[in-house]
This record gives sequence, C-alpha cells and structure tokens, in this order.
Amino acid sequence: MDLSVQIGSLHLKNPLIAASGCFGYGVEYAEVVDLESLGAIVSKGLFLAEREGHPAPRIVETPAGMLNAIGLQGIGVRRFVDEKLPELRARNATVIVNVCGTTLDEYVEVSQILSDAEGVAAIELNISCPNIKEGGIQFGCSLHGTHDVVSAVRKVTRLPIIPKLTPNVTDVASFARAAEEAGADAVSLVNTFLAMVIDVETRRPKISNIVGGLSGPAIRPIAVRMVYECRQTVKIPIIGMGGIADARDALEFMIAGATAVQIGTANFADPFIWGKLVDGLQDYCSRQSVTRVADLVGTLDTSTKDREWISS
Amino acid sequence: MPIDVAAEVIANRALSADYNVLALAAPAIAAAAAPGQFVMVKASAGFDPLLRRPFSVFEVLRDSGGAISGLSILSKRIGPSTRLIYDARPGDRISVLGPLGRPFTTVEPPIEAWMIAGGVGLAPFATLAESLRARGVKTTLFYGARSGGELFYLDFFRALDVELALATEDGSSGDHGRIVAPLDRRLAARQADAPLMLYACGPEGMLAATARVAKAHHRPCQVSVERIMGCGLGGCYSCVIPIRGEHGAFHNVRSCIAGPVLAADQIRWE
Repeated sequence: MDLSVQIGSLHLKNPLIAASGCFGYGVEYAEVVDLESLGAIVSKGLFLAEREGHPAPRIVETPAGMLNAIGLQGIGVRRFVDEKLPELRARNATVIVNVCGTTLDEYVEVSQILSDAEGVAAIELNISCPNIKEGGIQFGCSLHGTHDVVSAVRKVTRLPIIPKLTPNVTDVASFARAAEEAGADAVSLVNTFLAMVIDVETRRPKISNIVGGLSGPAIRPIAVRMVYECRQTVKIPIIGMGGIADARDALEFMIAGATAVQIGTANFADPFIWGKLVDGLQDYCSRQSVTRVADLVGTLDTSTKDREWISS
Repeated sequence: MPIDVAAEVIANRALSADYNVLALAAPAIAAAAAPGQFVMVKASAGFDPLLRRPFSVFEVLRDSGGAISGLSILSKRIGPSTRLIYDARPGDRISVLGPLGRPFTTVEPPIEAWMIAGGVGLAPFATLAESLRARGVKTTLFYGARSGGELFYLDFFRALDVELALATEDGSSGDHGRIVAPLDRRLAARQADAPLMLYACGPEGMLAATARVAKAHHRPCQVSVERIMGCGLGGCYSCVIPIRGEHGAFHNVRSCIAGPVLAADQIRWE
C-alpha cells in the first residue's frame, strides 16, 4: 500500500500533516509521536521577532468545535532556526514552516532566512490568521494582497510555497487562483472561521480578544466544500483541513480534491491520533482495492446515476 | 513519557452536590505520577465536550496487597465535562492522558511544609502530604472553602499527622473568611529563621493573595496554577501565564509544560 503523496517538488510519505498552531514547534510532541512517521509537521507561525500573543483566556469550547485567539505567540524565526530545527532534523521530521508578516518585507525576510537554513522542506504563508491586528488576514482577504505576498516570496526562495487561505471571504477559489498565478506551488485551506462566544450572565466575550477563529468538526463540511471549489479552479495541489478527526474525514477532503490534509484541533484531544489515521487510511485502501492513496485525490463522483434515493 | 489509557471507572464517590472523587483504573499513570502532576481527562468519546480537561492526580490508589491499582481525581461540577465526571458510573471508560507537567519540589526536615488549599484546589495535596510525611516533614494544611460541608478528606490528612487550619466563607467551620487571613497570622508569628516552604493551589485570586503574603514574610512559595488548557502537551498555547524572565521582562509561558507548579514570586498576577 502506497500512502505517499507529492506536493509540487515535496514528497510526503503519507498525506497526514500536523497543522500550524496545533503542534507547537513539533519538538513538544516528540515523546508521544514519532515525528518521522508524519507526512510533515507545520511549525507555529513565525515572524522575524518574538511575540507574546494575547492575554488568557485564549480558547473556549463550542459545539463540536473550539474558538481560539492565541495571537501568534512565537519565538521568532531566528530562534526557531537555532533552537528547534536541529532537533527536528535529528528526528527526521519533514518540516514546513508557517511564515507570518505584518508587512510584505517581513514575509520576504523571514522566507529568506528559512531558505538559508538546513532542514526546511517548504514554506506555508500565513495570510489568513484572523487574530492579529496587522498583516496576516489583511493580505489574505485581498486578491492583490495575496498575489503580492506570494510573488514577492517567490522571488527569494526555491522552497515550495504554500499560501494558507482564509475561509472568511466570499469566494475562496478566486484566492486560490490568485496564489497560483503568483507562483504558489500549492495552497492549504482552510484557516479558522472568524467567530464569537458570549457569556450571557456577565455579557462578556469568553476570550480576551473578543473574537477568534473557529475550528474543529463543526466546520468540516464547509471546509470540504471550499476544497472542492478550489479543485475546480486551480491545477496546483491543495492541502485540505478543517475539523478532521478520523480517517474518513481525511478521505472526504482527498476525494473532494485535496492531495494531503492537515490535522489540528483533533490532535489536542488525542495526541495519539496519527497512528489511528494511518491505520484507517490503510484499511480503507485495502477495502476499496486502492493501491496508491494518491489515486483517490479528486475522485468525487458527481454523476447523476443511482441518485434517485436522494429524493425518495 | 505520558500515556493514554481508556481507564475503567472503579468507583465514583459523591462528596456533595457538586464535588466528587472519581477512581480510575490507570495504574501505569498513577505509578509514574509525582505530586503536583496532572492528567488530561476526556469525559466522553464524542465531540461534546471536544477537548480534555486537566485534573491533578488526587490519590494514588492501592489494592489490598499494596499494589498500585489506579488514581483518583477530585472534581467540582462547573460545566459539561465535570457534569459527565460527576455522573460517571463504575464500568464506564474514561480517557486519561498523563502524567503531565512539572511536579512540586518536595523538601526535607528541618524545613516545614505549609500547604494552602482553596476549594477544589485541595486536589494536589493528598499525594504531596503523603510524600512529605514519608520524609518526616512537619506538614500543615491551610484549607478554605465556602462552608464546612465543602471541607473534604479532613480525616485523611489527620491520619497522616498533618496539622489542619480551616476557614470557611460562611463561618460554619474554622476561621470566618478566607484562608489567607490565618496563613498571614501564622506567618507573622513564626520565627524568621525557622525554615518553611509554602505550597498553594486554588482560585487565582487566592493564589495571588497567597503570593503577596508569602512575599511579605519572605517565604518561598510554589503554586499550582490552573488556566484554561486545550491539550496539556504544549501544542495549543492557550494556558499561558506571564512569568518574569531573565531581565525582568515578563513572558507568556505555557503552564502545562512550564508548570503547573511555578514559583509564586515569578508570576505576574492580574
């Protein structure tokens, strides 16, 4: 059974990737997960400088989901390269670094530093964080901004570039196209949905930032739809995510058109989920007589045959 | 290395309308746990609740032959997860991940230990008291609650020869008011050269008050903090608390891996 997939020039041993902001810098999980067994890990978002993020409380649970506004607390790209990358390299992890910026120049400079570092497999451009005042989603909510960030970073790196798209737009597929036209090697989607939870007794928001990003199983059907729409629009590979909690969820994204998937919130509840996901993918493939999991990508059958049951 | 066990509920003892002690068959976690460490508990298999909740290891349980058979958690019913934990039945399976976090640093005689607990903050002190008493450390528990009916396990501590100082907000048992008042009095009465370690766990306001009192009397104090936690492993960055860094500046650290036990004088209390 071949679980490997290809994202541009990036070869992954399986399509399962730990999502940014949900796996620390990867080293935190080295005791519970063999980092080498994952398709890849995506680091926490990194700016040039260290950031403290928002005050607590930063998360709140919602029905089948959670709201977060961490505010991209992080150690900055240089400390990441010095303090975290060597251990990740030693553990043979495939490392995708999530790159943030408040300005175009910052995206470029962070990307340059990572291009010069040893052990970075790809760059995921964070143009979709809903929880910071400057940068991030400002670029990701504008077609021009998306194009500008991707093309500026394209000029300074040969690493695969994967812009991470926000679902907080009217037509996410047009943003995938803007990224493709600017030279992106793939797109990943979706980041979280901007959302809000209020304590009615105190009439206060339940997280300090007032609003935050919704993730978890609650958003999965919307995310699958968005991956499907992007698959119709762009030719570059898609990395799908949003509420994946088991292998069947991952398969939904792949059938809709995702070449690989990211898992975030589910890893919080079950840090041992990775082996279960691999087993689930293998079980499905043997049952369906699929020899390469990559053959499942974009195989959604939308023909009208046998659909009578829908109206019955 | 933390392990994840689908632990069978051995027993569920209701202590009041809100508090219960849930005994779980997770002997490997219990055997590895040090006082002050915690477990992440998922009370249901589905998505409601979605995330685990942190609980101090309350007791390490032993069978009649003395072998470790599991652990218990002390829970106060405040939301969906703790409601499921309150209602759990023997034979149910509950996912327990641990042990996690940095434990208390224990002391040796002649240092005395004063433990300060507020409400459900009693949880880490049963195992800490056992560990301290096994070392021969003279130990006192300052324990505050809303009322006398919410002061639990007093006989457990008496049996360990732990001295008790109690306070209740309604005055029904011990001092009338908060537990920090008798702590302050006793600290003021204590000789400055008699060595002492303070350990505190409870609501954050109580911890902040304890930290102020400890500082005023120049006593070291370890606190076990509880912030809203998403994963318990350092992945989500939700449980942060501001800690004084090398140059006096404060940095948010993850209380799940840098704590939950932290030095009180390093924390910026809000």
